[in-house]
Amino acid sequence: MPERTATIASRVGLHARPAAIFVEAAAELPVEVTIAREGEPVEDALDASSILSLMGLGAEHGDVVVLRAEGEGADEALETLVRILETDHDA
Amino acid sequence: MKTFSGVGVTAGRVLGTVRRMPPPIAEPPVGEQLAADLTVEAATGNLKAAAGKVQTELKARAERATGDGKAVLEATALMAADPMLLKSAAKLIRAGASPERAIWEAGDGVASMLLNLGGYMAERSHDVLDVRSRIVAELRGVPAPGIPDAAEPFILVAEDLAPADTATLDPSKVLALVTSGGGPQSHTAIIARAMGLPAVVAAHGVTEVTDGTVLYVDGAAGTITADPDSAQQLAAEAWSAHASELAVFDGDGRLADGTAVPLLANVGGAKDAVAAAAAGAQGVGLLRTEFCFLGRDKEPSLEEQVSAYRGVFDAFPAKKVVVRTLDAGADKPLPFLTDASEPNPALGVRGYRTDFTTPGVLERQLHAIALAAKDSGTLAPADVWVMAPMISTAEEAAQFASLCSAAGLNMPGVMVEVPSAALSSRHLLTEVSFASIGTNDLTQYTMAADRQLGPLAALNDPWQPAVLTLIQATVEGAAQAAAGIGAGQARSVGVCGEAAADPALAVVLVGLGVNSLSMTARALPAVSAVLRSVTMEQAQNLAAAAVAAPSAAQARTSVRSQLPILDELGL
Repeated sequence: MPERTATIASRVGLHARPAAIFVEAAAELPVEVTIAREGEPVEDALDASSILSLMGLGAEHGDVVVLRAEGEGADEALETLVRILETDHDA
Repeated sequence: MKTFSGVGVTAGRVLGTVRRMPPPIAEPPVGEQLAADLTVEAATGNLKAAAGKVQTELKARAERATGDGKAVLEATALMAADPMLLKSAAKLIRAGASPERAIWEAGDGVASMLLNLGGYMAERSHDVLDVRSRIVAELRGVPAPGIPDAAEPFILVAEDLAPADTATLDPSKVLALVTSGGGPQSHTAIIARAMGLPAVVAAHGVTEVTDGTVLYVDGAAGTITADPDSAQQLAAEAWSAHASELAVFDGDGRLADGTAVPLLANVGGAKDAVAAAAAGAQGVGLLRTEFCFLGRDKEPSLEEQVSAYRGVFDAFPAKKVVVRTLDAGADKPLPFLTDASEPNPALGVRGYRTDFTTPGVLERQLHAIALAAKDSGTLAPADVWVMAPMISTAEEAAQFASLCSAAGLNMPGVMVEVPSAALSSRHLLTEVSFASIGTNDLTQYTMAADRQLGPLAALNDPWQPAVLTLIQATVEGAAQAAAGIGAGQARSVGVCGEAAADPALAVVLVGLGVNSLSMTARALPAVSAVLRSVTMEQAQNLAAAAVAAPSAAQARTSVRSQLPILDELGL
C-alpha cells in the first residue's frame, strides 16, 4: 500500500483551520486516505476526511504522521495531502 | 424585584425583555428502536440527508459570520457530516437503533473522546453535541435549537450558548446576554467580550425567568434583576445615553432648540488635525503654531512652515481653521525670540509682544500661513482665520490687522487673554474680525494666580464669576462693535481654552453669547451631548446664575444641579 510520511508544519498543530483545510481536501480525493502517527499500527489509522478523527489524533507542530491510500490515483492523492500538511497555514 | 448574581463579563447597564433560548433538544429515549416501517438503508439515508442539511445551514452561517466566529462555524459545519460520526451512527442503526438515537449515541462517543483529550479539544466537545442536537431536530422536523427570532431587541437568557449560537448573535437584536452556566472563559463570555455585548455568565437560577419578563442587567456588577425599580431604569437610560452619545460626535454642534454651536478642535500639528477631523470636529478653533518653532534655536524656513501648516489645512478642506500666531514666552521660551532673564515672564515679552522686540518673525509667519492657505493641494482650501495671542489694546489689534492684510489674510482676529482686552473688546473688535477667548490665561491674569502653581489651583478656576463676567463683557463689546460698524456685520467670539471642554461650563459660555467652542477632540462627544440637552433660553438662565454667583464653587454647583444630564452621563 502506498504510504507517505509528513511533518506537521502548522504552528497550532493539526487543529482548527489547518485541520479543516486538510479534511476538505481529503474529502475531494477519489481514494480513501488514512492518517496515523508514525510507528502506530496500520489498523489504528484514521479516516483522513474526518475532522473529528483528526482532532482525536491530536497531531502537534513537528509531529510526523503517515498517510496511506490504495487504488488508482493513490500516489497523487498522497502527494496533495503531504503538501498541505507541510505548509504552515497560520503563516 | 428578584435579583440573580453571576460573573460580569462585559460592562453595561441594560433594560429589556427576556427571550429564552428554546428548550434544548430532548434526548431520544435509551433503546429507541428503528421504526418498523423503516429499513436500515432508508434510516441511514435519512440520517445522511439530515446531516447534510445541517452542514449546509452551518456553512451558510459561516459565510455570514466574521472573525473567530466564522472559523468556529466552518469547523462545526465539517463536523455535521463527519464520516467518523456518521459511520458510527450507521453502525448503531444496523444494530436496530432509531436514527435519532444512533446519532445521539455516536455524538456522545465522539464528545467524550474529545473531553478526554482535555484543553482545546475538550472545548470542541460542545460543538459536537450542538451538531448532534441539530441533526436530531432535523430528523424530528422541529426547529433547530438556537437564538430565538423576535421583532424587538431582547435580553437573551440561556443555560449556555453553543459556539454556533454565539457566532450568530446579532448585536442589533440582542441587548444583553445572561447565562446560568458557563464561566468567564467560556465561548459565550469570549464572544460577548469580542462583541462588546453586555453579559453576565454563571448566574445560577436565572433560567427560571419567563419570556417577556423585564430584566435589568448590570454587566459590570454581574447582577440581574427581574422587574427592576425606577432607579435601575434610570441607570439603564443613563448608560444607554452614555454609550451612544459619549462614544462619538456626529459633527453637528447644536442646542436642544436647534441653535448651531460649532464645536471645533484645538490641535498642535497635522497628526492632531487628522485625528480631530476623524473625531467629527467642525474645524480647528486653535492651531498652536509653536510645534513648528519649539526646540529650535533659529526660526524655521518659509518652506518648512508652509508645509507644516498645509498638513493641518488639508485635514479640514472647506472648514474653518483658526491659526494662532507664534505664542512664545513665559512657559514657552524660544532662544531667538524671548528673554529668559525676565523677572516676571508671564507679564513679560510674550505672544504678540515678541513682535515689538524681534520684528520680522511674525510677518514671515503670516506670509507662510497665507501661502499654505492659498495652495491646499487638490482639496478645497480651508477657511483660514488668523489670530494673535496676548493682545492688550486696540492699537495692537489694529497693527496685527494691517500685518494680516499685507500678507493677504482677510480674517484677522485676536485672542482675549488679558483682562484689558476683555474690557475693551468693543474697540479691539472694531479693528479685527473676531475674538477667541483663551480662558486659561484669562483666568490666570484675572485672578493674578500663576497657572503652574498647585496652591493657587482654587483661584485658577474658570468658574470664577469674575472670569465669567469678563467673558460676558467681551461678548457685549463684540455686539457693540458689530453694531458700530454697520448692518450685517458680525463679530464672532469663540472660546478655545479648557473651559470649553467642561460640558457644564460650555453651556454657560454659550448662554453668555459665545458663538463657537474649541477643545481637545476627546471632549467633543460629551460637550455636544450636554449642549443638546438645553435650549438657548435655558443656557442664558444658567449663565446669568453663574455670573451672579458669589463664588466659583457656588457658580459650578448651581449650574450643575440644573443639568441633570451630567449625572445621567456620569460627567
